[in-house]
Amino acid sequence: MKRIFLPLSKEIIKNLKAAEELLLNGIIYTARDQAHKRLVEAIKKRKKLPIDLKNQVIYYCGPTPTPKGRVIGSCGPTTAARLDKFTPDLLKAGVRGMIGKGRRSDKVKAAIKKYKAVYFLAPAGLGALLSTKVKSKELVAYPELGPEAIYRLKVRDFPVIVGIDAKGKDKTVSS
Amino acid sequence: MRIIKARDISRVVSELAQEANFVLRKDVWAALKEALRKETNQRARSLWKAIIENATLAKNQKLAICQDTGLPIVFVELGQDVKIEGNLKVAIIKGIAAGYKKGYLRNSIVAHPLKRGRPCYRPPIIHIDIIKGTRLKLTVLPKGFGCENKSKLKMFEPTADTKEIKQFILDSVKEAGPDACPPFIVGVGIGGTADYAMLLAKKALLQPIRRSQALASKRLEKELLRQINQLNIGPMGLGGRTTCLGVNIETYPTHIAGLPVAVNISCHALRSASKII
Repeated sequence: MKRIFLPLSKEIIKNLKAAEELLLNGIIYTARDQAHKRLVEAIKKRKKLPIDLKNQVIYYCGPTPTPKGRVIGSCGPTTAARLDKFTPDLLKAGVRGMIGKGRRSDKVKAAIKKYKAVYFLAPAGLGALLSTKVKSKELVAYPELGPEAIYRLKVRDFPVIVGIDAKGKDKTVSS
Repeated sequence: MRIIKARDISRVVSELAQEANFVLRKDVWAALKEALRKETNQRARSLWKAIIENATLAKNQKLAICQDTGLPIVFVELGQDVKIEGNLKVAIIKGIAAGYKKGYLRNSIVAHPLKRGRPCYRPPIIHIDIIKGTRLKLTVLPKGFGCENKSKLKMFEPTADTKEIKQFILDSVKEAGPDACPPFIVGVGIGGTADYAMLLAKKALLQPIRRSQALASKRLEKELLRQINQLNIGPMGLGGRTTCLGVNIETYPTHIAGLPVAVNISCHALRSASKII
């Protein structure tokens, strides 16, 4: 299986094809509903963001608390469709990859194409297994959101499938 | 009259909360293994294997099967000849909070649906039934919201035929699609009132998958299972022979003017644990 080393570059993204299976290596940032809402509010008010979004990958994930002796708790993807309304603004701000589960709206698909980004599917409901692919976890913003805070994760061989590629080809559902 | 102490209830609820989140139900295990055996699609096969590997890892290392440890629902069957020493509801709420904290399970509850606020561990949803005798049965069902968000209710006309009802259930599953972590277990409640049909649909998920029974709904369950599996949604929504591990239908008498039908879908990680005190 092809290994991808983050951050994403134009060159890497160009060569990704919908339905392709990959292993991600490097830094990803968790963010789900409330973090998205805050990030987009900050972008609209032109406030400084807690992280530099340029070329970054956002993982739609709210992990369980970390048990003793582990790097992270269970940490699978959450439903991407709930974040559709925020995604075009984040892509405009520099995000180039998203990891989640399920379908995306037509607006998101158009934005992925426009900004030459990529949407990855992570295996859904396999949070325990995915926790073994995370090598470090660090809180970077919004601690008051608990599991919805933004964490910087370093992942090794984190398995994903390309759901929507930069050409807008959609393989998030069986056809 | 039998006396049960509230603190014993808290302890049992705490244990059940952890067991439910770490150990996949036996009937779900069996259904997953059967799905792997039947699968011919290579990608689906590797996903079935990964689902089973995930459940094995969770059980062996006491990790949450899924990071969405749900909004815990506690079903209580309380014998009418039991006297609780202490406060039953407080005992359950404390038990859930203690179990979730001890098991490093996710604090996914916000205190107000509109104001939201910092996620915490309480309160769960509690349903209490009074039964005869001196037993107390406790069941914890952690329900993740990826699938809970796909719940449906339709108030059919009393003259509606089974075909319309089946179509409604199929459409609900199609709409859930890849978002709600297929393969699913589909809980259906038919009858009662709007609220009661929803509760029946949820309770249907507590029944073993593909139980043998002589109910009128058995045939409907089988037909729906076959039709849902023809949708080719498959694990992760990427196609495969099995989209649904089981359909459980619960019914109740209803009004001459109505026919409520509720659908409550569970993701493949259908988790629940019970104990009789």
